[in-house]
Amino acid sequence: MSGNPINPSVVDPVVEAALAAIAATLDIASLRAARGATVGEQSEISKLNATLKNMPNEFKAEAGALIGAARGRLNQAFAAREAELAAVEEQAKLVAEAVDVTAAPTKLAIGGRHPLSLLMDQISDVFVGMGWEIAEGPEVESEWFNFDALNFDADHPARAMQDTFFVDPVESHLVLRTHTSPVQVRSLLERELPVYVLCPGRVFRTDELDATHTPVFHQVEGLAIDKGLTMADLRGTLEHFARIMFGPEAQIRLRPSFFPFTEPSAELDVWHPNAKGGARWVEWGGCGMVNPNVLKAAGIDPEVYQGFAFGMGIERTLMFRNGVLDMHDMVESDIRFSQQFGVSL
Amino acid sequence: MKVPLSWLAEYVDLPAKATPDSVMAELVKVGLEEEGSHGFEVSGPLVVGEVLEFTPEPQSNGKTIRWCQVQVAPGDVRGIVCGASNFEVGDKVVVCLPGAILPGNFEIAARSTYGHISDGMMASGRELGLSDDHDGILRLGVMGLDPEVGTDALELLSLNDSAAEVNVTPDRGYCFSIRGIAREYAHATGVDFKDQIGNAQPELGHGFVVKIDDPSGIRGKLGCDRFVARHVVGVDATRPTPPWMVARLKLAGMRSISLVVDITNYVMLELGQPIHAYDFDKLTGGITVRRAKAGEKLVTLDGQTRKLDVEDLLITDESGPIGLAGVMGGEATEVTNSTVNVLIEAAHFDPVTIARSARRHKLGSEASKRYERGVDTNVAEYAAARVVQLLELHAGGSADSLGADVNQVKPTAPIFLPLEFTTSLVGVDYTQEQITSVLSDIGCVVAQVDGGFEVIAPSWRPDITHKTDLAEEIARISGYQHIPSRLPVAPPGRGLTLRQRQRRQALSALVGSGHTEVLTYPFVSEEENSWFTAGLPSVKLANALQEESSQMRLRILPGLIAAAKRNLSRGLTDIAIFEEGSVFLPAKKITATNPLPSGIERPSVETLAALQSTSPAQPKHLAILLTGERVKQQTNVSAAAYDYSDAIEAARAVARAIGVELELKSAAPKGYHPGRTAELLLDGKHVGFAGELDPRLASDNDISRRVSVAEIDLEVLYAAATGVRQATPIMVMPAATQDLSLLVEAELPAATLQATIVEGAGELLEQIRLIEDYRGSNIPEGKKSLTFALRFRAEDRTLTQVEATESRDRAVALAHERFGAIIRA
Repeated sequence: MSGNPINPSVVDPVVEAALAAIAATLDIASLRAARGATVGEQSEISKLNATLKNMPNEFKAEAGALIGAARGRLNQAFAAREAELAAVEEQAKLVAEAVDVTAAPTKLAIGGRHPLSLLMDQISDVFVGMGWEIAEGPEVESEWFNFDALNFDADHPARAMQDTFFVDPVESHLVLRTHTSPVQVRSLLERELPVYVLCPGRVFRTDELDATHTPVFHQVEGLAIDKGLTMADLRGTLEHFARIMFGPEAQIRLRPSFFPFTEPSAELDVWHPNAKGGARWVEWGGCGMVNPNVLKAAGIDPEVYQGFAFGMGIERTLMFRNGVLDMHDMVESDIRFSQQFGVSL
Repeated sequence: MKVPLSWLAEYVDLPAKATPDSVMAELVKVGLEEEGSHGFEVSGPLVVGEVLEFTPEPQSNGKTIRWCQVQVAPGDVRGIVCGASNFEVGDKVVVCLPGAILPGNFEIAARSTYGHISDGMMASGRELGLSDDHDGILRLGVMGLDPEVGTDALELLSLNDSAAEVNVTPDRGYCFSIRGIAREYAHATGVDFKDQIGNAQPELGHGFVVKIDDPSGIRGKLGCDRFVARHVVGVDATRPTPPWMVARLKLAGMRSISLVVDITNYVMLELGQPIHAYDFDKLTGGITVRRAKAGEKLVTLDGQTRKLDVEDLLITDESGPIGLAGVMGGEATEVTNSTVNVLIEAAHFDPVTIARSARRHKLGSEASKRYERGVDTNVAEYAAARVVQLLELHAGGSADSLGADVNQVKPTAPIFLPLEFTTSLVGVDYTQEQITSVLSDIGCVVAQVDGGFEVIAPSWRPDITHKTDLAEEIARISGYQHIPSRLPVAPPGRGLTLRQRQRRQALSALVGSGHTEVLTYPFVSEEENSWFTAGLPSVKLANALQEESSQMRLRILPGLIAAAKRNLSRGLTDIAIFEEGSVFLPAKKITATNPLPSGIERPSVETLAALQSTSPAQPKHLAILLTGERVKQQTNVSAAAYDYSDAIEAARAVARAIGVELELKSAAPKGYHPGRTAELLLDGKHVGFAGELDPRLASDNDISRRVSVAEIDLEVLYAAATGVRQATPIMVMPAATQDLSLLVEAELPAATLQATIVEGAGELLEQIRLIEDYRGSNIPEGKKSLTFALRFRAEDRTLTQVEATESRDRAVALAHERFGAIIRA
């Protein structure tokens, strides 16, 4: 059989021309126009197709298949070109949307914790990690908890040295606590033994505000009462604490001292490896073995239980740990002071 | 305590190159903290000169200067201009030659003045830093000195001495003496302690009548248990105090007053025993030590009339009170320049008695400071003898046999120190030899007994009464550096409490939403306390630093307003601050309570409860203050100012962080804008307020802009929040959404209507949100249209719009029934 008027030599040039037209399109709109011109009703391929119905039957099937295949190729080419052009247009749209990201506006104000409160939380976490618990107590406190129960009797010279704020009338026997130690007493009275507590909080002394003093300041005190605790446990605890606060090279040094509520008592110095101006010894706090009279005031038998206590100023710690030079910055509520620390020290 | 090194060197061998710093470095090892070093700040050449001649030269300014020829070395005569006129030809004086430096870094140079070249300066006591005397130059002859011309005056006047100052803790009264410090220096360094008072019993006088009449004492303790009196006659009280004594007193921080007084002070500084000297001829009869009688008065040395308290211990003679024992002597029997015969008192008084009198009369003295901390019970006779000796040597007096020694000191009770006790407390394995040796070194008498030691503390250590005191001494003298390190293992802990975690969550939530934490003082004025409350009792301070901050805060907000003001004054315009802390809310006016129980044993349950109940309620509050702009004007962003709603939102954020949801009710509390404030409630309980600060209060505080604030009682939130929260299953079937606009009275709070819709719609309503409050055209006067976006969802099926509409219609019906609400098409 020969002589089919619709044969590859007729169809192929039409397809090639149409494919060239598709490839030549530059955007979706011209592709749509090309679609009309190459596969629409007036296109060459449609015209070829229209001749089918008048063809002798023996040619119809072959010619139909030939045209169908040609249409298939063209449709595929359209789809592929359409995807290509869509991708280019999307890309172009994204490029057109570009902004100066370095000028991104700030819509959320900057916040920050106060570094003193942050530091107390951070110290609390160190001790919670060792199984200790955090205890709190009132700031306006009975003198009994602030002094008497801590082995400062009414005539003790150290009681006069405390520079205490008294509540009016003085006979109410209420004071602004001069240290967080009354929380230790309350802990001993209220908790089951053994006791391992840390007491952070605000305390008061009648010092005028200057670069290194403030009448309202913060302390953290630790208390451990158990069977068989010695000053070696005190040293070990403080060493661990110091290393977490000041780095693995930190060391501590104990110097003899006196506090009514501890005996033996010691001043605590810390070797601060990262101090501004070079590593050095810094006075950090006080500590000692809990005086048996304090245990007795809480109804604990000092022949069975003993333990240690320590305390340090948060302001002072912040000063030498984080390089704060003036107490005024800590008390004046200038938002820039808190904001420079954000949420970490 | 300031310790002149030359004085210390009489009791211990100091290294030749000892300085105040090197001495302090030793003393700190045994618990005497360094305070600083002191000296005269004078350097040479300072020499003794003799005034050979002078010419008075009146000046145009009315002054008359003297042009002097002063011999400062053999063959070396200098011309010196001097403004003083208290000297004569032949006087030996102190000449500061060019190159000398006086206190205040005042350098002497040859200079041209009043038409002469003045080749040096003749110095007064004040110019040398020796005294406050500037009435004229020092005349060495008047001071009892007759040195060779050219003698080094620094050495002559002890101006080359210096002092180490250490802080003495309250348990170490004996360290308020050169002798006590020297003991500690010996402990710290291992050098020998050379006691200067010797072992020989000093002479005691007799025949002077001293009675101690104190039948009940204080706390069963006799006010005076030792009274030594010595009589010295023929004293010339006008003689000068030797310059070395003046210098030592000055370095020790005491002013030279007069020879007799200086000698008593000198002996007190050396031995720690306060001494009082009476003009014997002004005494009437013998001395009785007794408590004051009601209404008695005494004029003390400082000229003040003191009303005496029946607890005050007095020195009296037949004329009445002549001294407040251990605190201050009386004016009537004071030693003066005309005193010839002196009675010396060296007594031992009870610390509590003296402390109370000193505090009662606000009369802290060098004497009372020592008595309060405990004076050696066995030094009085030595101290008295030393005063006698110095009066004989420098004041021309002579002791006679008249005197007294009333000694009622109780023997010190021995302390049993169990063998293992010190080791079990300190954690160091001390040998028996170490223990005995340390305790003997500090002056204890130690006897080995079964299972331990029997120890008698020395007379100068009244603080040692218990085995723990002994253990401390052993640890201290042996050195804390020997204590090993061991980390104790606490029993498993519970972590932070729920409340502690909630606090942190609340603070973090605020910081995360752009707020800054501040910490203000809780001291406020009465007025500030009235800004947000009315008629509440407050805690007042008896000794506030400033009158305008003498109350404890009832609310935190006044502190935040002051903080905002300060920030604004520093040019910071956008402020979002908060503070978490206590407020002080006594239930009623604070009044006197029962005397406190002793701290020597656990109080009874009732007493403890009473003690705890005296502290006023101190709930934790959280306050927030916002002013300025929340969002700043930026590229493509318009500015947004903080307003009342931000304060409410912050309060809600706090509540959510704690795990509860707040309800709002419109309110007009004190200090807030009456139309822009919400009361915050939790299950009907008052939590606080949030809204706009009353603009009048803001302007009273010089804040001209709008301020939004909130203050909440965290305790209410903490109490309501439960620890473990139970999950609600998440429904996954498709939702149906509808908007609903209701026309209601303009005064109806949106929250009330919303709650009604929720109630009416039933459980299909999953979420509701107010999206519009419309008033204006098409809305009748006095009405408003509130539009809510509703989202419905069923647990088990796809909800049809019909079901959603039915649910919505039930809500509308309920709102209509309650508030006449109608759907606005």
